[in-house]
This record gives sequence, structure tokens and C-alpha cells, in this order.
Amino acid sequence: MTLASPAPADIADPTAPLLDFRNVAMTFPNGTTALSGVDLTVGRGEFVSVVGPSGCGKSTLLRIASGLETASEGTATVNTDRIGYVFQDATLLPWRDVQSNVELLAELNWQPKRVRVPKAQWAIDLVGLKGFEKHLPKQMSGGMKMRASLARSLTLDPELFLFDEPFGALDEITRERLNDELLKIFVEQKFGGLFITHSVSEAIYLSTKVVVMSGRPGHLVDTFEIPFDMPRDPEIRYTAEYAKLVGEVSHALREGHS
Amino acid sequence: MSTTSAEPVATLSPEPTASTPPPTPPKQRTPARRRGFGSRAASILPPLGVLVVLLGAWYGVSIALAASGKGFLMPMPHEMFTQGFFDPQVGSDIWIALFRTTGVALTGLAIAMVIGIGWAIAMSLARWVERSTYAYAVMLQCIPILALVPLVGFWFGYEFLARVIVCVLIALFPMVSNTLFGLQSVDKSQRELFRLQKADKWTVLTKLTLPAALPSIFVGMRTSAGLSVIGAIVGDYFFRRGEPGIGSLISNYQSRLQSAELFAAILAACLLGVAIFAFFGWLSKVAVGRWYDSTR
Repeated sequence: MTLASPAPADIADPTAPLLDFRNVAMTFPNGTTALSGVDLTVGRGEFVSVVGPSGCGKSTLLRIASGLETASEGTATVNTDRIGYVFQDATLLPWRDVQSNVELLAELNWQPKRVRVPKAQWAIDLVGLKGFEKHLPKQMSGGMKMRASLARSLTLDPELFLFDEPFGALDEITRERLNDELLKIFVEQKFGGLFITHSVSEAIYLSTKVVVMSGRPGHLVDTFEIPFDMPRDPEIRYTAEYAKLVGEVSHALREGHS
Repeated sequence: MSTTSAEPVATLSPEPTASTPPPTPPKQRTPARRRGFGSRAASILPPLGVLVVLLGAWYGVSIALAASGKGFLMPMPHEMFTQGFFDPQVGSDIWIALFRTTGVALTGLAIAMVIGIGWAIAMSLARWVERSTYAYAVMLQCIPILALVPLVGFWFGYEFLARVIVCVLIALFPMVSNTLFGLQSVDKSQRELFRLQKADKWTVLTKLTLPAALPSIFVGMRTSAGLSVIGAIVGDYFFRRGEPGIGSLISNYQSRLQSAELFAAILAACLLGVAIFAFFGWLSKVAVGRWYDSTR
């Protein structure tokens, strides 16, 4: 693979997509083909969601984008070195309180305390955890842990933000609330987002573009541009236009699946 | 942000934290403390009841044996104290022996901890170390330690050093296996979190795997501590040379049919084990209880 380390020219070019997948395929050493022929770009200010059934290779897509895996065919180009990655679970370190968990990534990048403490404070405010700095993970609900996890990634000022089904384990109400939060942060920070989910409604609500994937091996079956404005009014979820989109994406998902 | 900060508060209040309650006004504390006292009484009374029953049975058997002239088989419980601990000669013998045994056990435990944790870290950092040496750690566990004790005596004499070596042999495996288990049980995505920041092995060890392994390391310490006390006594019991520890005393009292003194020595050894076990339980609570919910 060529996870091309960003040439200075690429970074300088604001029109180059942050993430550029060309004909990416992934075959694991055991012979399983997880992805084949994937073309996908994520630009600055774009929020792309990938929906697909379990085991269709959605997560593999994300892992290649982050550099955790290497594509076996095609080119996967990432034009930034500021990548945020939010895991399926919050992956907080249980012995650290919120403040120190949020500081972790900056700490691993050898940033001095005087830089990372205010940065963490800023991120904690942004996700609405102000006042919970001293709380330990075991004292927090699933939604709060996810907020802390988001804040931790935000300290990197990510240009490309990767999400691996981050809200899948949360209850409906918490999930909707966090969707709104995430949208607000997206509007403020204008990163490029790649969001993996199996919820069609969540994908449409969050995204500027929804990509439908199908499995065995994973490939893209359809792409939907989402016409709603940013920042989004939560009420759009109850409009006929929204319902129609949900129907279309769900159909694409079902056809791809069968 | 006003709408957003409402959510954490709302989600926090219906599920007060499991073990560390959030700060509550003092008024609410009083009933909680009373409940704490009640549950403490509930946890002390049953074993106390069993103790009373056991002591009663013990007196019954002792009195019956004494009546048939075989009282030496089973001294009365109070004779452990009158002829054991409170007897000037026997009492001081036991305390001094206990002191020596404690020294041996703690030295052996400390060495087993250093070797065990170091070994486990080496195995977790390099797979070839695990592949080439873990089998021997398991074998160490399988060797009947009683068979090794005389050999250790031949090789290292019968004093402090030899007794410490017996302790290390017996206490090492739980230390190695528990530490290794802890180091390897770190969540895969937490490892990837560190990998994404290109953290080196040393950083991963000090900031992730070692702290995550601490609860398991403490489990290992508690197990090893108990075994180390047994090792110190067993070594001494078999060597029966050099400065007498509690093992030599037990052996001596046994051969002289001094049963009250024998029971006193056994009780002292038992209390030593319990005290060391409790100490490491307390240490574990202080060190990791804040964030780790142990199931005891």
C-alpha cells in the first residue's frame, strides 16, 4: 500500500481530499478478502458515513485509513498527519480521571504540560464534560465515557476524523444527543469525517454523503448526497424528505445484501 | 453548551457510582454509616458463631481425652496460652522464631516478586522469551517442592540463604503467571490507541500495560505471600538446623509430645500467614481500589 506520507505540496493544496482511496482491496493473510475495488474520497468539510451489514468490511476501511492496517491492493492516500480515531468503545484508561485521559494523546506526543492541560480543558468544555474532570471512568455512564473519548481525539486538532461505530452501544436518547453534539463540533472544527455505523438514520442525520457497503467481499454499492444544510435542525428527522431518504438508503442496503 | 451539559448530570444522578459514592451532603451519610455498621456486624457474627461452636467441640474432645488419660493428644484451647504464649520460655521462643520466619518469608517474597515481575515483563515484551522460558516456569510449579528441599539444603547450607531459596522456589510461579496474565489482558483497542500515536514499547509498558496489570500483580503478591510463609516454615521444618524458626519449633514440640506448645506454634504460624495475606489485600486496595472493582 502507499499510505503516502503527506508531501508538503499535498498539505499546501487545500483542494486535495484528505482521504483518497483508489481501487483499494484488502486480503488478509488467511485468504479472507475483506474489501475489493473501493473508491472513496473524504474532503475537508465533508462528513461521509459508511453503512453496511456486520462483517462487510466497514471497519477494515477505517483501519486502512488510520494506518492500523495496510491495503493489499490499490492506493490509500491520506493527506494529513492529524488523524483522530474514535473506537467502538471509549477505551479510556480506568486508572486515569477524565482530565488525564483527555491529555493522554498529547502526552504520547511529548507535549509539555503547559500546552496539553489547557488543550484538554478546551476539549472537555467542547464535549460538555466541564465539571467532571476528576471523575474516573467507572463513575461515568456510557455516554459520558464516549464524550471523554471524543474530547481525547479533539486534542489532536484532527483534520481527518475517523469514527468506528462510536455510538453503537448507547441507548437511543443518548445517541441522538451525541449526534447533535458531534454535528456542532463538526460545524465548528470543519474536519473531514469518516463515520462507520449500521444505523441508516444516524448516517443520514450526520452526513453530507452516505455510502452503502455490501459484504463478501466488501464493496461500495451506492452513494447518496445528503441535501440538508449544516448546522442541522434536529427536526429534519421527522420530515417526509428525510423519511424518503431513509427508505432509499435502506433499499440500497437490502439489495446489496441479498 | 447549556443544553449539552445537562446530559451528563442527568445520566450521572440515576446511577450513583458503584463503589466510590460521589460527595454527598453529611445528612445523607449517617444512615449509610449505620448500614455500614450493620453489614460489618453481619459479616463478623457468623464466623464468630462458628468459632464458638468449634471451641465448644474442642473442649468436649479434650475433656473426654483427658478423662481417659490421653490429654496430651488434644490440649485444652486455653492451654495454648497458659503453657504456650504466656509461658516465659516457650512464649519468647515462639516470638523469636516467628520473627526469624517472617524475615525469611518476606525476603523470599521480595526476591520472588522482583524475579517474577521482571520475568513476566520480559516475556510480554519479547515473544521469544515467553516461548523459550514459560514452560520452565510451569515446570517449577509442578516439581514437588518437598523433594527439592533436601537438595537446597545440600547445596546452600541450612541457614537463612537456603530457607529463602525454598521460599522463592515456592512463591515464584504465581508471581510470574499473574503478572503475565495482567500484562497480556490489555484491551486490543487500547493497544491500538497507543499504536496510532506511534508510542514506543517502553511508553506502552509504563503508561498502559503495567498499570493495567497492577490488579493481577497484586493477586499474585497475595498468593505468593501466603506460599512464601509456607516455604519459610517447610524449609526450616526439614532442615531443623541453624537458628530455629517456627518450623524447627513445630518439629521439636512434635517430637517431644508438647502438644499445647505445638498448637501455640501452629497458631502463631497461621496468624503470620493471615497477617501477611491481609497486608497485601490492604495494599492492593490502597493502590488500585480507587479505579479497580475487585471481586475480592
